[in-house]
Amino acid sequence: MAMSPALSRPSAPPRWQDYVQLLKPRVMSLVIFTAITGLVCADSSVNPILGAIAIFCIAVGAGASASFNMWYDADIDAKMRRTRARPVPSGKVQGSDALALGGVLSMFSVMLLGMTTNWLAAGLLAFTIFFYAVVYTMWLKRSTPQNIVIGGLAGALPPVIGWAAAAGSVPLNAWLLCAIIFMWTPPHFWALSLYTSEDYEKAGVPMMPVTAGAASTRKQILIYSLLFVPLCIVPVFTHLGGLTYLAVAGLGGLVFLVLAWRVFKSRAGEAAGERNDDGLYDVKGGSKDARNLFAFSILYLTLLFATLLAEHALGLPPVGVL
Amino acid sequence: MSEPTPDPTVEARARRGRNIALALGLVLFVVLVFVVTVVRMGGNVGLRPL
Repeated sequence: MAMSPALSRPSAPPRWQDYVQLLKPRVMSLVIFTAITGLVCADSSVNPILGAIAIFCIAVGAGASASFNMWYDADIDAKMRRTRARPVPSGKVQGSDALALGGVLSMFSVMLLGMTTNWLAAGLLAFTIFFYAVVYTMWLKRSTPQNIVIGGLAGALPPVIGWAAAAGSVPLNAWLLCAIIFMWTPPHFWALSLYTSEDYEKAGVPMMPVTAGAASTRKQILIYSLLFVPLCIVPVFTHLGGLTYLAVAGLGGLVFLVLAWRVFKSRAGEAAGERNDDGLYDVKGGSKDARNLFAFSILYLTLLFATLLAEHALGLPPVGVL
Repeated sequence: MSEPTPDPTVEARARRGRNIALALGLVLFVVLVFVVTVVRMGGNVGLRPL
């Protein structure tokens, strides 16, 4: 990877907090949440100490893949407003340090997870790190507008790893949790990219609005939403979700579809400069509909997993239609 | 153009912070391996045929 001298030379001595930032703590917190859901939904009598260490290993593995991503993507991160303050492009940490941290934490997390729980979970964690760092970051991200569709698998696997850590196997319901996150990713990220596409274009990342245009992206958001919402109801039929889950998935799904329809009918992503500098949610004009879907998608997924987590933690019965 | 020289005090403070974080990380690793070993062995140690 070609790296400019400005990216490889630190401007100030790195602090330990800069290394923590390499692990993308906010993404890590989502991984922890979905992995805990998988672990609890397995309904296995896993030792709580080993369960906690397993979740810790999954979080560290996610941090390791983030560190690889920070190393490899430093050149394009430097060109985008959202990412230019990251430790490597800002010169706080050398790229080689980010690469070394990713390597060390990968080995540590996979080996410790294998010793703590089982090697199926450890193998899945190793595959997830590989998929995010190599398949998504090094290959898909710069080469195809389907990057976040296929790459979304890396973000969808933590509940499967959590399930495997608890039960030693990965049944259909574990993959159902994976499928829900996988199908959620395209409408979620494309809604965001509709009003951040200028950044992606500047960095040469072929996100869908850059390559196919805003109208095509809005149509695909609607199509994926029409597939995603019914999928969220499926756990009710597989003894995974209960009545509370059905209510949350059904009502939230209706709101999701209404917001996706509004994005489809809007002109989001067609005018330049609709995003202000104050963060991901500060937009104007037609992009407000895209912003609303992006924000609600996070809430909806959180509610779905929180409901499943609560139902299984409290021992509430699934609907069990089948 | 010459490189800006880092402030020695800032440099030392940053290095000290990194060293402490690394030490804590190593201690955490040792504790985790110890705890995992003890929990996984559990009562099996006492059940060994002597």
